[in-house]
Amino acid sequence: MTTERPPILEIRGLRKSFGHTEVLCGIDLAVRPQELVFIIGPSGSGKSTLLRCCNRLEEPTGGSICIEQIDVMAASTDINAMRRKIGMVFQSFNLYPHMTALGNVTLALRKVVGQSRAEAERTGMAALERVGLSAKARSYPAELSGGQQQRVAIARALALEPTIMLFDEPTSALDPELVGSVLAVMRELKDGGMTMLVVSHEMRFARDAADRVIFMDHGRIVEQGPPAQLFADAREPRTQAFLAELTR
Amino acid sequence: MDAWSRFLDTFFKRELIEQYLPSILKGMLVTVEIALAVVITGIALGLALAVVRAWRLLPVNALIVVFVDAFRALPPLVLVLLVFFGLPNVGINLPSFAVLWVVLSLVLAAFAEEIFWAGILSVPKGQWEAARSTGFGWLATLIYIVLPQAVRLTVPPLTNRTVAITKNTALGTVIGVPEILNQATTGQSFSGNATPLMMGAIAYVVLFIPVVALGRFLETRFAWRRA
Amino acid sequence: MDALLQQFFNLEIMAKALPLVLAGLRQTVVLCLVVIPLGLAGGLLFALVSLSSSRATRWSMIAAIDFFRAIPPLVLLIFVYSGLPFAGIRLSPLAAVAVAFFLNTSSYYGEIYRAGIESVARGQWDAARSTGLTVAQTLASVVLPQAIRNVLPDLVSNTVEVVKLTSIASVVALPELLYSADMARSITFNTSPIVLAAAIYLVMLWPVVRLVSRMERRIAS
Repeated sequence: MTTERPPILEIRGLRKSFGHTEVLCGIDLAVRPQELVFIIGPSGSGKSTLLRCCNRLEEPTGGSICIEQIDVMAASTDINAMRRKIGMVFQSFNLYPHMTALGNVTLALRKVVGQSRAEAERTGMAALERVGLSAKARSYPAELSGGQQQRVAIARALALEPTIMLFDEPTSALDPELVGSVLAVMRELKDGGMTMLVVSHEMRFARDAADRVIFMDHGRIVEQGPPAQLFADAREPRTQAFLAELTR
Repeated sequence: MDAWSRFLDTFFKRELIEQYLPSILKGMLVTVEIALAVVITGIALGLALAVVRAWRLLPVNALIVVFVDAFRALPPLVLVLLVFFGLPNVGINLPSFAVLWVVLSLVLAAFAEEIFWAGILSVPKGQWEAARSTGFGWLATLIYIVLPQAVRLTVPPLTNRTVAITKNTALGTVIGVPEILNQATTGQSFSGNATPLMMGAIAYVVLFIPVVALGRFLETRFAWRRA
Repeated sequence: MDALLQQFFNLEIMAKALPLVLAGLRQTVVLCLVVIPLGLAGGLLFALVSLSSSRATRWSMIAAIDFFRAIPPLVLLIFVYSGLPFAGIRLSPLAAVAVAFFLNTSSYYGEIYRAGIESVARGQWDAARSTGLTVAQTLASVVLPQAIRNVLPDLVSNTVEVVKLTSIASVVALPELLYSADMARSITFNTSPIVLAAAIYLVMLWPVVRLVSRMERRIAS
């Protein structure tokens, strides 16, 4: 693990309120290159909101977020250009139903990056290849299983060559048999050196693949550490309670 | 300032407003009366036709479908002129407000029937079967079980359609019904000034913006989600 | 019975009136070809403005839309045609009809488009924006295609209404279908020309009305 290179994602004092409800109460987090950071916590703890603030799908109310030293919140930052560097995978896939798998993957390549249709299709097919779905390039989302749809969604983000990928409960909406295929793709990405920030309940995956696990509750980071240490020997009572609930 | 006072003089001349306010108000009364009458008879007839259609007597249904399709495809003004000029020549003399009321009621009935029919069809067959098998008669099933469920679906399109058709009362001006537009254009030609016309426009807005707002409210309340 | 046929279905008079009525039909078709695309485009514009992030813009647009939906189209038309000249703006019948129809139909189409756009799941916006597409690109490539597909029956049914609405242009002496038929009626003192015009409207619109019924019923179920 490289500790000398500067962090890819640096969050300082992040706050977010919806009306009077404070969902994030001051988050400090740094994700180093090639690190896989796993976030766990009860629902309502702010995990999704944290992720969505990183690419400004939600507007933070305070604090700062920097991707490769560039302030995401600054007025001078071109947010659309920034979003190419931040890949996002959603719980409900959010594939465009009126386009084929390849169409889904190439849309941003054509409109945001400005590639020609031929170039975009080459890049797109390569991304689909990486997730094992090049055979389904011409299929529509409705014709794909949940696991396949999610993998296409991963390819869609991957094709833009992001520096970091954010996963918001990527397998929570999948039938149990399909979860494995998505986790396998995520494992390959990790092994290939992708920096990843994952919100999920898949504890076994965390144990096998995560470099660091963070426990969040009520908008704050309660505890963090290597998975083996956190799962076996959590220091905070809240963490212990949550883990006990989960493994019951 | 000169352009402004000219504008006021053209569209908002004080003396003319005072002079024509009574006739505009009279026109509003006529408009409201005809609109209410149309809404009541149109919706009642539409509901009745939908109920008859649910009885599934094929020849009758064919007639209903023909009537409904024709009155949905024809422009109301065509129907108004047809009835107004044609009927006297076959011996039926209706005053113009009656012509307007009959035509608009039939048009609303045609649209209302289709809306009610779609609502009735949307209630699952199981509801009919359950009710009938507990001893409800056909009509009772319709009234107590089916229609209450169907109505939820019908409110948004029905309010929309009703508002649109009541605005057609303005067509009455073509056949001399003394509603708002008629009073307004008469006032305009007598006075040589556009103020009565502006008053007429405002009268319609005053009458119908609350109705449109009510329609918006009802639509969101009975929100009809598409898959 | 015989009087009925004579008054409404006099084939001889219909035949005599046919050339005039057909000329009127041609004018109606021209009118539709002008007014419908204008309304479809205007409606999209109105809808996009009514979804603007600025509250002032949003409310102004929604107020304008409600205003133009509250005023009967005939009143708007007469105002544009007979009222504006007093302010120095004199429009030909066709121009007056185009302006009045643009304002009225764009408001109705606008509401339909808006419902369509709002019916597209938020997740689609999230996904598109998170890959760096701008709001305009997201609308054009992802949201509008789905929105229009969702409200297609309403768009078609409103278009039928617009075609029927062209008959009010007869009131400002635009020589379209109804005007020509009514002219024939006043010359012949017989209502058959109007029946002829009605028949033409039926031929044009009946199939579409049936189609819309079927679409509406499929959605309701």
